[in-house]
Amino acid sequence: MTVLTSLPQFPWLSLLIVLPLVGALLCLMHSKRPADCRALSLATSLAVFGVALYLFICHGQGEGRWLLYEDVSWIERFGARYVLAMDGIALLMVLLTSFMQVSAVLLAWRVERHVSSFFALLLLLEAGLMGIFLAYDLVLFYLFWEVALIPMFFLISVWGGANRRQAALKFFLYTLVGSFFMLIAIIALYQIHGAQSGVYSFVIGDLLQTQLTAAQEGWLFAGFMAAFIVKSPLVPFHTWLTDALTESPAAGSLDLTGLLLKTGIYGLIRVAFPLFPNATENFLPILAILALIGLFHAAWSAYHQDDIKRLLAYSSISHLGLVVLGLAAWQFTAWEGSILLMVSHGITTGGLFVLVALIQERTGTRSMKELGGLWGQAPCLGFLFLLFSLASLGLPGLANFSGEILVLLGTFQQHPLWAVIALLGVVFAAAYILRLVQGVLWGPAYKERSVPDLTLREWIILLPMAILVVWMGVYPEPFLAPMHGAVETLLAGGLP
Amino acid sequence: MYDKLWLIPFFPLLGAIINGLLGKRFIKNEKVIGAIGTGMLFLSFLVSCKYFIQLLGDSVKSHQNVIASWMSVGKLQVDWGFLLDPLSALMIMVVTGVGTLIHLYSIGYMHGEEGFYRYFSYLNLFVFSMLMLVLGNNALVMFVGWEGVGLCSYLLIGYYFEKKSAGDAAKKAFVMNRVGDFGFLLGLFTLFWALGSHGVWTINFVEITENAHLLSGDMILGASVTTVATLCFFLGATGKSAQLPLFTWLPDAMEGPTPVSALIHAATMVTAGVYMIGRMNILFAMSPTTMFVVALVGALTAIFAATIGFAQNDIKRVLAYSTVSQLGFMFVAMGVGAFTAGIFHLMTHAFFKACLFLGSGSVIHAMHHALHHAHLDDDAQDMRNMGGLRKKMPITWATFGISCLAISGLPFFSGFFSKDEILWWAFASTRGNKVIWVIVVVAAFMTAFYMFRCLYMTFYGEQKTNPKAKDHVHESPWVITLPLVVLAGLATVGGLIGIPHAIDIAHVGNKLNAFLAPVFHHSQELYKIEAHGSASTEIILMVFSVAIALAGIGFATVMYMKDPSLPGKFTAKFPTLHRVVFNKWYVDEIYDTLFVNSTKKLGIFCWKGFDVKVVDGIVNGIAKLVGALSSVLRYTQSGLFTNYALTMVLGTVVMLAIFILN
Repeated sequence: MTVLTSLPQFPWLSLLIVLPLVGALLCLMHSKRPADCRALSLATSLAVFGVALYLFICHGQGEGRWLLYEDVSWIERFGARYVLAMDGIALLMVLLTSFMQVSAVLLAWRVERHVSSFFALLLLLEAGLMGIFLAYDLVLFYLFWEVALIPMFFLISVWGGANRRQAALKFFLYTLVGSFFMLIAIIALYQIHGAQSGVYSFVIGDLLQTQLTAAQEGWLFAGFMAAFIVKSPLVPFHTWLTDALTESPAAGSLDLTGLLLKTGIYGLIRVAFPLFPNATENFLPILAILALIGLFHAAWSAYHQDDIKRLLAYSSISHLGLVVLGLAAWQFTAWEGSILLMVSHGITTGGLFVLVALIQERTGTRSMKELGGLWGQAPCLGFLFLLFSLASLGLPGLANFSGEILVLLGTFQQHPLWAVIALLGVVFAAAYILRLVQGVLWGPAYKERSVPDLTLREWIILLPMAILVVWMGVYPEPFLAPMHGAVETLLAGGLP
Repeated sequence: MYDKLWLIPFFPLLGAIINGLLGKRFIKNEKVIGAIGTGMLFLSFLVSCKYFIQLLGDSVKSHQNVIASWMSVGKLQVDWGFLLDPLSALMIMVVTGVGTLIHLYSIGYMHGEEGFYRYFSYLNLFVFSMLMLVLGNNALVMFVGWEGVGLCSYLLIGYYFEKKSAGDAAKKAFVMNRVGDFGFLLGLFTLFWALGSHGVWTINFVEITENAHLLSGDMILGASVTTVATLCFFLGATGKSAQLPLFTWLPDAMEGPTPVSALIHAATMVTAGVYMIGRMNILFAMSPTTMFVVALVGALTAIFAATIGFAQNDIKRVLAYSTVSQLGFMFVAMGVGAFTAGIFHLMTHAFFKACLFLGSGSVIHAMHHALHHAHLDDDAQDMRNMGGLRKKMPITWATFGISCLAISGLPFFSGFFSKDEILWWAFASTRGNKVIWVIVVVAAFMTAFYMFRCLYMTFYGEQKTNPKAKDHVHESPWVITLPLVVLAGLATVGGLIGIPHAIDIAHVGNKLNAFLAPVFHHSQELYKIEAHGSASTEIILMVFSVAIALAGIGFATVMYMKDPSLPGKFTAKFPTLHRVVFNKWYVDEIYDTLFVNSTKKLGIFCWKGFDVKVVDGIVNGIAKLVGALSSVLRYTQSGLFTNYALTMVLGTVVMLAIFILN
C-alpha cells in the first residue's frame, strides 16, 4: 500500500469535514435570522460540493490505492492518530454526500420550526458522514460514527411525523447497541495489536498486520459486523429503518436513505473485510444468504405498503440487499457494481423521497388510497416521478441498471445460484414499483384538490438528480474509473 | 460508409423529446405535433432505405458503427454500437416503414384526444427503442431496446391512465415481460462466462457468432451450455412475443389505442423474440433440443390461441389472439431451422396484421363516433353490434378482406408464401417433425375460420348497430384509409420476394432467401439444417394447405353467412366447451391463484407476520422490560427524552475512556 505523503499538501480532506462544522456553528450563532441560516447552509453545502467536485476532477485518478492521505498525530498517549485517507470508493461517497446535502438543504427550505437548529444539525450530519467516509483511524472512525447518529436522532425526534418519538428512539437504540459492540471490538483489537507489536495504534493500516487466532478474529469481526449489519440494514435488523424513514422529515429521509444507510456497507468494505480476511471468507456465504433474504423479504413487503414512504423504505432494503450480495460474491465486477449501485440508489431513491415530500406538501397525504391521477394534474412532477421509479426498477439506460447488471453478472461467475435467485428478486421490484406508479400517477384525479406543478426551487433540486440518473445509466464510466484501483487492492488484500 | 447508422434511431428519439417537452405548452397544434412525429420517423425511414440499398450493392454484408463506450469493468466491455446486416436491414425497413404509416394513421385516429402530444411522444420513443433492439451490435444494447419497447408498451397500454383496467393491463404486461427478461439476462450471463472460459470475453453479436463453435462440447448442469443458454433466451422470447406460458398479457394489452396495437402488439415489438432467435441463430442451431422446444412451444401456442380466437366477440381480442397464434407460426419456423421463413412470415405478418388492426381501428373509430353521436354507450368494439359495414366503409372492408385472404394463406397473397414455406420446412426439414406439421396445419385451418368469422360478423349480413346510430357510421378520412391501402397492397404482393423454388416458373429466384443467406446460411450449413424433398411433394403439400385454408373459409361461410343460427346451436350443444374457450381456458385465473395470490400472501406474511409481530414484538418486549427496570430508577428521570439520548452517548464515551485508560 503506497502512502502519498511526500509533500505537505493542502488538507483538502479536513476541509470537507471542517467546512460543514463551521457552517453549523455559524447557523447556531445566527439563530434569530432564519433567512441567513438558509443562505448560510446553502453556501456551505455548495462549497463542500465544490471541494468534492474539485477532488473528483483533479484527484480522481492515481497510482495505487490512496488518492489523498492526511496523517497528523492526535492523542499520542493512546496512539490515536488523525488519519484521513481517500481512495476511489471514498471519493465517490464524498461526492454523493456533498451532492445530496445540497439537495437536502434546498428541500428543507420551507422548514419553519427552529430553523437554525435544523440546518445546524443537517450540516453536523454532513460533517459526521464525511468523517465516516474518510477516517482511517478507528477512534476517529468511531467518533464520526457517533457524531452522525446524534443529528439524525434529533432531526427525527423534533421535526418528524406523528410517531417521531418512537421511531427516533428505535433508530437510536438499534444503532447504539450495534456500535457498542464495535467499540468493544476496536479496543480489543487495539490491545491485541499493541501487546503483539509493542506499537499501540488505532490506524487501520497498522492494525492490518495484527496476527489473530481464529477465535479472536471471529469475535472481533462479529463486533464490527453488529454495527455494520444493523446500519446496512440486513433482515432481521431492519425494522428501525422503515420506521425512521417514514417518520423522518423530508431532508432527513433524503440523508438517511441516500447516505447514512451506506455507512454500514462502507464499513464492511473499508474496515471489517480488510481487518479480518479469514473471518470474512467464512462469513461471506452467510452474508449472501442474509442479503438474499433481505432482497426478497423487502420486495414482498413493499408490495403491500400503502404509505409511499414506507414502500420506498422497503425498496431501499431490497436494493441494499443486492449491494451486499455483490460484495459477498467477492468478485471484481460485482464489487464495482455494488459500489456503483450504492451511489445510484442514493440518487434514485433520494429523488423519489424528494418527490414524495413534494406530493405530501401538496396533497397532505402519503397514502396511496388518497392519491392518484397526478400524471394529469402535475405533468412535470409526474414525469420525474416516473423517471425515478423506472430507474429504481432497473430500466436499462438509467442509473440503477448499470450497477445491477454488474452485480448480477459478477456474482453469476462466482456463485451462479445466488445470481439466479437475485435475478428472480428483480422481477418483484417491477411489481411493487409499478404498483407505486399506478397508485400515485394513474387512476382518476381527485378533482376537489388542485396539485400545482413543480416550482423553480423544486426543479433546481430535481433536475441535477434526473440528469445524473440518465448519465449514470448511459455512461457510468466516470464513476467507475476512480474505483478500479481501490477495488483491486481490497479484493487482493482481503482474501488470500 | 456506414458511420451514420445512429441517425436511424436518433430521429425518432428527437421527435419524442421535442413532442414530449414542448408538445403541451408550446406546440399545442395537433397538426404540427403529428407532422413532427410522423416526419421524424419518415426521415428515419429514408435513412434506412439509403442503407438498405447500399447494403444490397455491397459485397461485405456486416457493418458495425460504434458511437461511444458504455462501460468497461473487468472483462466486460460494452459499447453503444450498431450492426447492419441483411437481417437488421430488413427489420429497420419494416419497423420504420410500417411505423411511418401507423404514425400517419394515428393523426386521424387520435384526433381530439387530450394527450395527443403525449401519444406521439411515446410512439416515437417506442420506435426509437425498437430500432435500438434491432440495430444493437451487442446483447446489452439489444436489452436496452428490449426493455425500452416494454416500457413504451407499458405507457401506451396505460395511455388512458384514468381507467383502472388500462393501468392493470399495463402493469401485467410489464411484470410478465420481466419474467421473460429474467431468462434473457440469465442466458446472457451463461453465454458471457461460457465464452469467457475459452478466453473470448464478449457480448458482441458478430464475435459471438464467430466464436460460438468453441462452445460445442461444453457442459453445464448435465446439459450442453448452448442448450441452457438458448433455453434461457427463449424464455425471454416467450415473454416479449407472447408465447406459452407467458402470453396472457397481450390480449389485455388491447386496452391501448388501436394504432398502438397495430404497431407494437402486432407488427413490431412482439416479433422481437423471433428476431432475437434470428440474431443468435448459430447458438440455437447448435442445440437441437432447444430448437425442438421452440418449435413445439410455437406450434402449441399457434393452436391454443386459435381456439380462443373462435369465441371472442371483441374485434380487437380476436386479432390479439390471432397475433399470438401467428407468432407461434414464426417460432415453429425458427424451431425447425427455417430462419428465413420465420423472418419472412414476420414481415408479411407485419403487413397484413397491421392492416387488420388498423382496419379494425377504422371500424371502431366509425362506430365510436356514430354511437357517441347517438348518445349510446354500446360497446364500439363488439362485433355483435356491427355487421353489414361493407357498404358503409368500402375501403376499410376491401383492405380488411384482402388481409384476411393473406393471413389465411390463399395463393399468391403474401401470407401464402411465408406460411407455406414454414409448413414445408416443418414437414421436410432435418429439424422438422411431422407432429408439429400436423398441429400447424390444424392451426392454419382454424386461422382461416376465425378470420373469416371476424370478417363476416363485421362487414357482412344485417347491420346490428343500434338503429339510432346506424346511419352515422361513415368511412374514415384519408389519413386513415391511405395507410390501409398501402398495407393491403403490401399484404398482396409482399410475398413475391420469397417465391419457393418448386413453383418458380419465371425463374425469378427466392430473393429473400438470397438476401438473408449471409446471416443464416453459415449455421444451416455447419449444423446440417436443410429441407429436403422433391418438388412434387412440395407442390402436393402446397395444394393441400390451400385446400385446408379454403375449408376453413368454407366453414366460416356456412356458419356465419349461410345459416347464422348455427353458432348459437353449437354453443347450446356444448355449453361447457364454449364457456371454457370463451374464458380463455381460465389461464388468467390459474396464474392468479398459483403465482400472483400466493406471492401476495407471502408479502403479507413478511410484513405483518414477521416484521410487525416477530421482530418488532421482540424489540418492544425488550423495551418494555427496560421500561419496567427504569421505573425502579425513576429518580434519574428528568422527563426529557432527549436527555436520555445524550446520556447514552456520554456513557459510551466514558466507557471508551475507561477501556483505554486500563
